[in-house]
Amino acid sequence: MELALIIKIIVIVVIFSITLLIATYSTYAERKVAAWIQDRSGPNRAGPFGLLQPIADAGKMFFKEEFIPAHSNKWLFIAGPALAMLTALMSSAVIPFGKSIMVGENYYPLVGIDVNIGVLYIFGLVSLGVYGIMVGGWASNNKFSLLGALRAASQNISYELAMGLSMVAVLMMYGTLSLTEITLKQTGFNWTIIYQPLGFIIFLVCAFAECNRTPFDLPECETELVGGYHTEYSSMKLGFYLFSEYINMFVSSALMATLYFGGYNYPGWHYVYSIVTEHFGHATGHNVYVLIGTSVFFAKILFGIFFFMWVRWTLPRFRYDQLMDLGWKGLIPTAIFNIVLTGSAILAQDYFQFKGIYFAIYYGGVFLLIIGGILWSFLNYKKKIVLVKA
Amino acid sequence: MQLTNRAKKLEQKPLTFAESIYLPAIAQGLGITLKHFFSKKATIQYPEEKRPFSPIFRGLHVLKLDEQGRERCTACGLCAVACPAEAITMIAGERQKGEENLYREEKYAVKYEINMLRCIFCGLCEEACPKAAIFLQSDKMAPVFTERDQVIYGKDRLVEDINNRANTGIQKFISEAEMTPKLR
Repeated sequence: MELALIIKIIVIVVIFSITLLIATYSTYAERKVAAWIQDRSGPNRAGPFGLLQPIADAGKMFFKEEFIPAHSNKWLFIAGPALAMLTALMSSAVIPFGKSIMVGENYYPLVGIDVNIGVLYIFGLVSLGVYGIMVGGWASNNKFSLLGALRAASQNISYELAMGLSMVAVLMMYGTLSLTEITLKQTGFNWTIIYQPLGFIIFLVCAFAECNRTPFDLPECETELVGGYHTEYSSMKLGFYLFSEYINMFVSSALMATLYFGGYNYPGWHYVYSIVTEHFGHATGHNVYVLIGTSVFFAKILFGIFFFMWVRWTLPRFRYDQLMDLGWKGLIPTAIFNIVLTGSAILAQDYFQFKGIYFAIYYGGVFLLIIGGILWSFLNYKKKIVLVKA
Repeated sequence: MQLTNRAKKLEQKPLTFAESIYLPAIAQGLGITLKHFFSKKATIQYPEEKRPFSPIFRGLHVLKLDEQGRERCTACGLCAVACPAEAITMIAGERQKGEENLYREEKYAVKYEINMLRCIFCGLCEEACPKAAIFLQSDKMAPVFTERDQVIYGKDRLVEDINNRANTGIQKFISEAEMTPKLR
């Protein structure tokens, strides 16, 4: 077997297992972070500091009774969670976890698959993820599950539009769909977020909606729809649905870090590179430098996951019509405006050959948007008098 | 439509721009949550740390012995009559010749049972007892049981150990010697 194939297999296996490991400990972190925000300490009995809690949870899920409801489509019932898990895991394949490591004379990139359509692949998988929910709701033979699945699916497709539109703005800036290229162009502190803060906010909100996380967790809250699309599921199938949500969180964080926060780039990399190659020699030094970049990337991802949990315990849930309003009437126009602004800023920069023009036009446009919003709310100002019985 | 003239008039203004984009309010909320993230937690680690009970807490029952080690209970049945949940049952017996150091009076309880599932820990038996025999301890609670037959407590689990006298709430501040003249 060639060395390249072996290294590729090792990289893929490592990425896969790290994805699963981080998703597992996300469940633990969720409970701990939730507890600390709520002035209590989380699970600390199952092993030191409760670190074996995910294993206990997995064991509990494993030992529950597996049943399939009567008169339901058996194959679809099993396929629902399988689809959700499949699309969640597949999307971690294109994220560049580090620059290329040097083995011998060749460079091997730390990506699952080094395709040049990374963004399109992720977007396609996000769209496929709707199937997992829809199939699960339909196959449960339960009207409430079906309603929950419908709401979840409609939420999902509404927000992936705005997500795609904000990704288009990033594409316009870098001119390539490949995630490895996009990360390579964000060296040092040259991250996309300073060029596109509005696009980042839109992407962030849509990432919350795609992962079915609060404040968009209508499909899975118990107070609204019993359990929504996973009412009839138990044991491992339910475990798969819940686990795929955490994997989606991990992948969304990783995508945000890659697209907007420079992936494995960090300021001061020149300095670190020179120190490390001096200390370890050229080959090992390069690999150590790449691994430092990877750990910075993981720090960004872990902060992203913490941010998901932080927001969950801060915000109340959106009502379904408020959710749809926000998606179609709020985010899509803003995303389109963002594209127009980015396009004009890039054109002006290319014409005048001066980098500052981009910032002037983009931030000027955002400022105008805010001013326009304030003016609009002034124009809409009307007093409503409401009678209240004493 | 106005039914009374006490109705209050409220003004409901539409949202300002900052309110309608939610982001400033979200940021403020995130700050509050983060402050709680770093604050001191209110949890205590039971069973390593426990919160103290008050001295009049009604815990596990105990049948007390007097200062000479003799059982005080005379199986008069007042506690059984007082119990609102009918948890106490007993069988009385006559004290024989050689048992003077075991029981105070000629009548004693051969069998004394409290059904812990029926007991509501109200303390009426403690109030009713004329011999100051039954008390509800303030530092122990009835332990967790796993089988139904562990639930009926007999004399073996209720009579106190002569070497390890039980804490009997507010009465614990009175010594055994002081307690004896109060017996009828």
